[in-house]
Amino acid sequence: MNKVVNNAEEAVQGISDNMTVMFGGFGLCGIPENTIKVLSKTTIKGLVCISNNCGIDDFGLGLMLQNKQIRKMIASYVGENAEFERQMLSGELEVELNPQGTLAERIRAAGAGIPAFFVPAGYGTEIAIGKEEREFDGKMHILESALHADFAIVKAWKGDTHGNLIYKHTASNFNHMMAMAGKITIAEVEELVPAGELDPNTIHTPGIFVQRIFQGVDYEKRIEQITITQK
Amino acid sequence: MALDKNQIAKRIAQELRDGYYVNLGIGIPTLVANFVPENIHVTLQSENGMLGIGPFPTIENVDADLINAGKQTVTYLPGASFFDSATSFAMIRGGHVDLTILGAFEVSEKGDISSWKVPGKLVKGMGGAMDLVASAKNIIVAMQHSNKGQSKILHKCTLPLTGVRCVKKIVTDLAVLEIFPEGFRLLERAPGVTVEEIKIATEGNLIIEGEIPEMVL
Repeated sequence: MNKVVNNAEEAVQGISDNMTVMFGGFGLCGIPENTIKVLSKTTIKGLVCISNNCGIDDFGLGLMLQNKQIRKMIASYVGENAEFERQMLSGELEVELNPQGTLAERIRAAGAGIPAFFVPAGYGTEIAIGKEEREFDGKMHILESALHADFAIVKAWKGDTHGNLIYKHTASNFNHMMAMAGKITIAEVEELVPAGELDPNTIHTPGIFVQRIFQGVDYEKRIEQITITQK
Repeated sequence: MALDKNQIAKRIAQELRDGYYVNLGIGIPTLVANFVPENIHVTLQSENGMLGIGPFPTIENVDADLINAGKQTVTYLPGASFFDSATSFAMIRGGHVDLTILGAFEVSEKGDISSWKVPGKLVKGMGGAMDLVASAKNIIVAMQHSNKGQSKILHKCTLPLTGVRCVKKIVTDLAVLEIFPEGFRLLERAPGVTVEEIKIATEGNLIIEGEIPEMVL
């Protein structure tokens, strides 16, 4: 077994036009920035991207938008991005908005082998249109389906050569479920250590979900809104 | 006098109880954290994956891996925990969060809420709002009673809905209202604001029973 690849260039081998690819992160927190940068330099296009957000104009998935590599975006909130707005309004980019918890659960369901499930979120709203509705315990629910991907690309704080992952603070977000949902999951980590060095009690994502792993370089870890307390 | 944003937040903070787990939306709801009574302990949940949000960091302690749902840098308090988004929404959907406080464009007398989309304007997405309103045990809306003379407290929402029959209580710059089967029951009025003024600013069915006390802030 060898899951370790040298870098993002090696990790993205096999990603091709029109595939469905998931990207972990919430805003710019916990995004796989090495892999996104490398993909944005390829000619791969027509991608269906699943990610809670779509980066900002010059960072994260915004880089792939600039290069018109994304055909469809499945997300819950896409605010901070002028190019996104332009492509959406011109019809170049298809957008499917999901309630955030539904998005997370659709991804988790795919990884957990659950094809569909009922949730109350969105009942009675426009996102319920065309979906099966059913009452449980006096409350109305809508049917949502699992969300699979050809590749899932996630970012962790630490990882080992068996693919076990540990996230830091709020950078876990969508990364853990996406690692479960990819046919092939690529994990980039800030620190890659030999199997055995991470305490098994502290693993967030077990290595079974990860097929390729590498230690990223030059993390920028940009912050969208720096809010501080004056001393 | 109509309440300012901080006064609305201060009034809502009176609804908090010891031991509550609370999700605060963006805007006025975020300000509620500044008015938590000193004798109770409330744990704030952020849907991107944490319980135990603390104040903003000092400049030396800013950490890109530690943000709230508004993507602002924060700190964590003793007893905090971090988790993934599916677990976060399990807390929300599973009814483990005691109280959700969020903003709205409109609320109807049935408790419907519109808060995410204005046709003709750029749609940014619902984020976690639909999940929160569909599942919270208790929802309080913080909002302005009207906008440029147009009431936002309505018979029926005019904007695309975030959720149906979910709002329990509303705190506006003019009043505290509770959703009753027959409409908005007026519970309190802002200091110096008359019942008549609230009537005029409310398009939906307003229920007025007995003397309506002034808010104590």
